[in-house]
Amino acid sequence: MKIVLNDQARVFSAQISKMIGQNIDGCYQCGKCTAGCPVAYTMEIPPHEIIRLVQLGREEEALASHTIWLCASCETCTSRCPKNIDVAAVMDALRVLAFRQGRTDVEKQITLFHKLFLQVVRRFGRVNDLRLMGKYNLLTLNPLKDWRLGQKLFSKGKLRLTSPQVKGLKEFQEILQRVQASEREES
Amino acid sequence: MKYAYYPGCSLHSTASDYQQSIDSVFKKLSIELEEIEGWTCCGASAAHVSDVLLPLALPAKDLLKAEKMGLEVVAPCAACYNRMRQANHKLRENAALRRKVNQILQADYQARVKVRHISDVVVNEYGLEAIARLLEKDLKGMKVVCYYGCLSARPQKIVAFDDAVYPSYLDRLIRTLGGESIEWPFKTECCGGSFSVSKKEVVLKLTHDLLEMAKNLGAEAIVVDCPLCQFNLDFRQEEVEKQSGAHFALPIIYFTQLLGLCLGLRSDALGLKKLNVDPFALLERKNLQI
Repeated sequence: MKIVLNDQARVFSAQISKMIGQNIDGCYQCGKCTAGCPVAYTMEIPPHEIIRLVQLGREEEALASHTIWLCASCETCTSRCPKNIDVAAVMDALRVLAFRQGRTDVEKQITLFHKLFLQVVRRFGRVNDLRLMGKYNLLTLNPLKDWRLGQKLFSKGKLRLTSPQVKGLKEFQEILQRVQASEREES
Repeated sequence: MKYAYYPGCSLHSTASDYQQSIDSVFKKLSIELEEIEGWTCCGASAAHVSDVLLPLALPAKDLLKAEKMGLEVVAPCAACYNRMRQANHKLRENAALRRKVNQILQADYQARVKVRHISDVVVNEYGLEAIARLLEKDLKGMKVVCYYGCLSARPQKIVAFDDAVYPSYLDRLIRTLGGESIEWPFKTECCGGSFSVSKKEVVLKLTHDLLEMAKNLGAEAIVVDCPLCQFNLDFRQEEVEKQSGAHFALPIIYFTQLLGLCLGLRSDALGLKKLNVDPFALLERKNLQI
């Protein structure tokens, strides 16, 4: 396949370089990130190839990959890169862009979990496991998922039935509104 | 000794046993923890994959409060600890981001507040020698592996307070308590973290590998200091066993629970009943049951 590295192709890599505060062209494809990645076995495109796609401006393929969502953020790649490229930060940057473009269908359950997690935090200030899990199970049409686990957690006193009461919740929600407004300007 | 305390959401729910043991142990050690009033979620694994400013603003909001308290922050959850350290680092390094976040917070946070992991405070600040003087019991004959996970080790320059590849602070604590901590290669491997719900098969595979290695090396328990690791290894263990046909029955115990027992505290003050894989047979064998 012929790839032309024109100005257009450089726009995307420049955008990611800016987001991670590093020049992504520094990566010379040694593959050490992939070698150490504990979830590489689940990925159709290994981490070092995602970096290559970014360098080549192949935005479509990078943002449509399962890989970006399957990254567990363990940061092994980042800590081992001989060129000090923050590979985990590249994954974050790609996920942020994918979220902004609403491209979350490729890993529906993972992206739904992130969304619901933040919804619960926005509403209550803290995570409420019962509400988060309940909503997740409902929306994934799997209401009995982890039912036994839930029972066990409950019997151990590890699930709270009531939502946390957080002092200053209103101010917190105002902060989150300003974050959202600022993010909108950004995108 | 006094710190600003940021428990994090897990410590009020799935890790309430960790919280209980921290309360009891810190009281015994006379280390005061003053909870940051009105603390909110750090954003955990969801904020940094969704937004640029959210994973900075969430921790900064509470770190700002700690700054006003004039205290260092202690976090018992490796995820909260990691997110707070990363936010602080980014805000210190990047003036433009700092300006934006301060506009959002309507404050002037300089990201100078020091954030400590609770193990760092116990092992390095309070110190193993001081702990050794207080021991009423020991872990004699107990073989464990210490599992550190990802979030208090990586990224190395920002979060590690020990060797980032092969840390030993928990091992040194266990040896101070008279136990035998076995050297093993998976100290800082990943357990799958937050995929426990949304990509469970990954967690089942990664925790299987950890449990299998620990068992093969003769460990009788795994010692942890992260609520995500604890949850995945403990509450998913039965499923891992069912799926693989292996039998592990390995209790996954918080370091504060073992420390508490050796300090002479009762097991019900340490939340030991809340562990999923029953630790009491092991504790009885080692004469630690109270």
